[in-house]
Amino acid sequence: MRVVVDLNRCQGYAQCVYAAPRHFVLHGREALVYDTAPDDADRAAIERAAQACPVRAITACADDPADDSADRAAAAGEAR
Amino acid sequence: MSAHDPGRIVIVGASLAGLSAAKALRAHGFSGGLMLVGDEPHRPYDRPPLSKQVLRGDFGPDTTLPQPADLDIAVRTGTAAAGLDRDGRAVILADGERLAYDRCLVATGTRARPWPNPAEAALAGVATLRTRADAERLRQRLRERPARVVLVGGGFISFEVASVCRELDIPVTVLVRDAVPLARAIGAPLGAFMAEVARDAGVDLRLGAAIARMEADGRGRLAGLVLEDGGRIETDCLVVAIGAARNVEWLDGAGLAADRNGLRCDRFCRALRADGTAADGIFAAGDVAHWPNPHDGDALVAVEHWGNAVAQARIAARNMLAQDPAGMVPHDHLPDFWSQQFGLTIKLLGLTAGADAFAVVRGAMAERRFLAVFGKAGRTVAVASVDSARWLPAYRSAILEGAPFPPLPGGLDAPRRIETQVLEETAR
Repeated sequence: MRVVVDLNRCQGYAQCVYAAPRHFVLHGREALVYDTAPDDADRAAIERAAQACPVRAITACADDPADDSADRAAAAGEAR
Repeated sequence: MSAHDPGRIVIVGASLAGLSAAKALRAHGFSGGLMLVGDEPHRPYDRPPLSKQVLRGDFGPDTTLPQPADLDIAVRTGTAAAGLDRDGRAVILADGERLAYDRCLVATGTRARPWPNPAEAALAGVATLRTRADAERLRQRLRERPARVVLVGGGFISFEVASVCRELDIPVTVLVRDAVPLARAIGAPLGAFMAEVARDAGVDLRLGAAIARMEADGRGRLAGLVLEDGGRIETDCLVVAIGAARNVEWLDGAGLAADRNGLRCDRFCRALRADGTAADGIFAAGDVAHWPNPHDGDALVAVEHWGNAVAQARIAARNMLAQDPAGMVPHDHLPDFWSQQFGLTIKLLGLTAGADAFAVVRGAMAERRFLAVFGKAGRTVAVASVDSARWLPAYRSAILEGAPFPPLPGGLDAPRRIETQVLEETAR
């Protein structure tokens, strides 16, 4: 999955931290740190976190498999 | 492009702005061909985490932005745009291919400004931080625990990287040419506050300091720095964070009003030609755009803000689909940004440029939790929060309306007296 948080909107209510503690962490009082590429297996937790956000700052979606292959090709290119 | 033929839109820049525009185009019903071109090997990815959590190693370095599966977009990564043929309505790629467009969005952003001495910049151990590849390299370097990391530059990247170094218990020196760090972005009083926070965290912060020359070992690797005051710092890890340069060179010869300040555009995000009139079908958004800010008397501004990239891309997308200027909407986003450093979250709404007064209106600097407002000629122009983000939205309307400065005291948790500090010209 892919996750991005609009940190201009985020006000540190930390509901995502309760909903998906392995993927959202508060660093200090209100600095949100989060997993930008969680496993597809954790989709339910991530969606719970996105739903729980009182200011709707979290966007998450599944990977497009077609794009994934493009990324792998790019990674292979870098490795060479 | 007409009601019957939606035409083709080419977005140059596989960036937050580029992707945001693509999403907005589809959301507004654009059904034509959509192509996104970027010079990096990645799909659009998020940059703010790179100088913070990615370096610290909290989570992985893959910050690819969520892209809806039904976006229906052709993404060409690893391909730089080399030119724009305005008359032929085509983007020319570095490999010579021409991409025909009906509308084109320029979202090529910025790059890290390189160290001005090319021989020194080429030394192993001298780095900049802008791309995912930069962040992955620096993250690896920090894992090897350098004896001392040196940052040159007094901006957010410098302070964020210094913060990560201290959290990893790596000795760090920050060299700032000015007397106060971060002043351009957050004003002198907050810059001075962050200087104290950084020093308390163990940062060796040198103000009024500059590098006279770098020293290399026999194998082309950085070994140390000699400062202008004659002092020497031993280091093999220097991060150059002296600002950004706008990626406009590829537009040379296109007849557009582009210079080191960015690509000039009007309030509808239309790129301007050299003669100041709007170029047909060409728009700009994000860090590369140089635009009139309606919240500052239409003064031209170019910002490197996440929020502006998204907002401007959405406005540009909407206006790209308008049949005529009467159907266009102006970009009137109030600038906003944030930084996370030394465990604190700093947020700013509005622009502090030209502010002549400053007052803490909630909390206290000593508590490291407060809200401060900036005044300009008796009006409120910006508000900053340190670990008090929930108060920030309440001040948005004060800025938009140009409410009197200083604001009237009175809230239950507001200080009984508001101390106003006059800002000196040099502090702006």
